[in-house]
Amino acid sequence: MANDRKEIVRYTANQRLNHWLIALSFVLLAISGLALFHPALFWLSNLLGGGTWTRILHPFIGLVMFVSFALFALQLRRDNKITDDDKAWLKAVPKVISHQEEGVPEAGRYNGGQKLLFWSLIVLMIGLLLTGIVMWRAYFGFPVGLIRFSSLLHALFAFAIICAIIVHIYAGIWVKGSVRAMTRGTVSPGWAWKHHRKWYRKKMRDSTLK
Amino acid sequence: MASEAMDIKRRSATTTPSPSVRQSPVQGGGVAKLIDTSQCIGCKACQVACMEWNDLRDEVGHNVGVYDNPADLTENTWTLMRFAEHEKDDGDLEWLIRKDGCMHCEDPGCLKACPAPGAIVQHANGIVDFNQEHCIGCGYCVTGCPFDVPRISKTDKKAYKCNLCVDRVSVGQEPACVKTCPTGAIVFGSKDDMKQHAAERIADLQSRGYDNAGLYDPDGVGGTHVMYVLHHADKPQLYSGLPKAPTISGIVSLWKGPAKPIGVAAMVLTALVGAAHYIRNRPSEVTEADEQAAEEERNG
Repeated sequence: MANDRKEIVRYTANQRLNHWLIALSFVLLAISGLALFHPALFWLSNLLGGGTWTRILHPFIGLVMFVSFALFALQLRRDNKITDDDKAWLKAVPKVISHQEEGVPEAGRYNGGQKLLFWSLIVLMIGLLLTGIVMWRAYFGFPVGLIRFSSLLHALFAFAIICAIIVHIYAGIWVKGSVRAMTRGTVSPGWAWKHHRKWYRKKMRDSTLK
Repeated sequence: MASEAMDIKRRSATTTPSPSVRQSPVQGGGVAKLIDTSQCIGCKACQVACMEWNDLRDEVGHNVGVYDNPADLTENTWTLMRFAEHEKDDGDLEWLIRKDGCMHCEDPGCLKACPAPGAIVQHANGIVDFNQEHCIGCGYCVTGCPFDVPRISKTDKKAYKCNLCVDRVSVGQEPACVKTCPTGAIVFGSKDDMKQHAAERIADLQSRGYDNAGLYDPDGVGGTHVMYVLHHADKPQLYSGLPKAPTISGIVSLWKGPAKPIGVAAMVLTALVGAAHYIRNRPSEVTEADEQAAEEERNG
């Protein structure tokens, strides 16, 4: 393993804190949302203090997640522009997940899959916010037809975001050396070289310029 | 409140059987309230009786230019006389008065939409009842209702509506509105008997020139346990917007129907695919060779 001196900074402390605030609110939202979505999962509402507290808290936690995600996304948007290499990377996903790395385009700070996740999350977060506000009867009074439509869409966006986050978490587990980018903030040079070679080279160029 | 002395047919957000030990089957299609709009004089005694029996007092409101008072159903007004002025083809004015409130659908949209176990129950006799102590205040019942009946209280954020005086019915009495109606426009009994009574009323109306008189017991919600005799059954909308063919919205049915198993399956499947992938493919690890390659690239 690389020694500590050579580690590459991937996320600042504030970005890491923000990421875990998003993660915590996401988990609470998934728990409370699933509790209200399926009778078989209503018991999850106990984790938030019962059904009524679940109903009260869910929208507020949603606002927290949206705002903290928006700040996070603003910081990362420059590194998430989708290029032709990213499209080629996405086509090569079957190779990536079966350890056949030849011919897979080199990734920048984020690979095609991460960028796809990034933009999917933006769409889903905005969708969840808008439909969620329509459903928020404690403070808003929209026409019932719109509320019905929003309720269905809110559920569909929620499945999509939960599935997307399952993939995100799994990628972090499967690609060893990734989690510490979000805990300690750094990755090893070998990790950067293996998974994000273009980013590694840019980092090296930038550091030699200093 | 659910009555412990009566079997329950359906409970909201519940996947196990409801209390249903009683042997005696419900007879005559359950209970029903029949409201004959042609006999209603708009005296609002039913509203008063409802307030008295259920101990509800709405705020004193303002005149909104029509006789409706209060202007809408609320958590404290479970039944409301709605007055519609209808100009007939010959220029005559007709006053169509409808006692609005919960229709006690055989297929209740509120119950289908409710996420709180047991907050809404449907008794074996057809009464749809809200249990406020289990209500979480989300308002999904309002979203699910095809008749815009439930109201969320501004005080306690719980949902309220007519319970067909379930406490009276369970001890063999008629609902308070029925008991008080001075003209006999509201009657109560088994659904079969009420349909028969309605048929007699409709025949009478038709003999007096109301060719389109008929019974309002809409199939789209499986029929209702509150029915109307209408002089203009072909145009129920004339009666302050009574829907012509009410059903549970297709969107609500999708949301509370197939979306549930499909959504949960999608999430579980995603997690299972991940687990299977982890077991079949060793994780992607950074090797010493990768570190050396990185080092070489940095130096070279």
